[in-house]
Amino acid sequence: MDTHARKLVVIITEAILEKPLVEDVKRLGALGYTVYDVRGGGKRGERAGAWDADRNIEMKVIATEPVAEAISRHVLETYCANYSVTVFLADVAVLRPEKFP
Amino acid sequence: MVSPSGYTSRETRRHCHDLLPDPLVLFFLLGLAARLLRSDLRVPESLYEALALYLLLAIGLKGGVELASHPLAQLGTQVAGVLALGFAAPLAAFAVLRWVGRLPVPDSASIAGHYGSVSVVTFAVATGWLASRGIAHEPYMAVFVAILEVPGILVGIALARALAPGRVQWGRLAHEVFLGKGIVLLLGGLAIGWAAGPAQFAPLKPLFVDLFKGVLAFFLLEMGLVVGRQLGDARRAGAFLLAFAVGVPIAFGAAGAWAGLALGFTPGGATLLATLAASASYIAAPAAMRIAIPEANPALSLTAALGITFPFNITVGIPLYHRIAVGLAG
Repeated sequence: MDTHARKLVVIITEAILEKPLVEDVKRLGALGYTVYDVRGGGKRGERAGAWDADRNIEMKVIATEPVAEAISRHVLETYCANYSVTVFLADVAVLRPEKFP
Repeated sequence: MVSPSGYTSRETRRHCHDLLPDPLVLFFLLGLAARLLRSDLRVPESLYEALALYLLLAIGLKGGVELASHPLAQLGTQVAGVLALGFAAPLAAFAVLRWVGRLPVPDSASIAGHYGSVSVVTFAVATGWLASRGIAHEPYMAVFVAILEVPGILVGIALARALAPGRVQWGRLAHEVFLGKGIVLLLGGLAIGWAAGPAQFAPLKPLFVDLFKGVLAFFLLEMGLVVGRQLGDARRAGAFLLAFAVGVPIAFGAAGAWAGLALGFTPGGATLLATLAASASYIAAPAAMRIAIPEANPALSLTAALGITFPFNITVGIPLYHRIAVGLAG
């Protein structure tokens, strides 16, 4: 089976950023994204997702390396100073490269 | 039957009931205790959201139906007066935070925005408190909940951006503030209730009026769990924030009661206006502030509004504001 190398960008952050992030990743060239509600804890305390201001999301985007890097850089520069953000990249293999420009 | 103390048993029981808090408050305390004792009790998030939607819609609908039998023109002065209160409150809160508490501008503005806006659940508890004591109030008070939700948030953001310039996307923010679920459901409910009028609303009454207090009790159980999580932060909040989160509601409550009476409300209505003035938003304001003033520390405003002011208002505040309103009315 033919596989194609892509980058997976994972962003775990405050639910309030969902709308702006969706706009950002589309603008930066990603074709699709997936968002989950999640809970967890870290340097800035625990977020159990029990009510509105306490909710966290995890966003996954698969894209080519330049797009994935542009998204990561934008998230670092725009949100990391003031919001709880975890962002990381991973290598993945996809079957239909046209879905992940 | 007369007990050794001289009370009849019924009198003794009634006396005990007067000392116990309202059952609504007991639900809140149950949630609080469960959280503090690390029980695994958890209200599913989707249920919490559903209950919140119900409460907002029910408050709007009930107000709207009552509004249908009132000439709208009479409300003009009251709306203007309440709006003035809504803009004055966050300015006063900001002055205290900035110049007494010496907090940075973004934090002062954000907390001021929370205290300028209102807590719908605190309002709902206050209506329940008045109802269980048979105290009358203007039935269309829900209008003022909707009116008071927005100015505080706008003033908070304007203060932050005037004094510590930064980029605000006003378009996105207006969308967040005016089309948040609180405003949409309150105003939508008011409009539907007003259009329907009492006769057409009657079939909906069992769901939106009769069940209201039970749903509110359930919601307060969840609020107890949420506040229990905030209490850890409250212990670290510092003396100023603690004093602010108790002192400002009392001062705003007294001002609200006075303004309510001056605007011609009954003492019951003035109690509700006082409760609105004393309450702090923990749903609409945190969302708007997080987007508009990202450099403000959300732990400060949430600890004050949710961890301290909310429990203070539903236990001690509401009876106090009623006493102030009755005292001022003479």
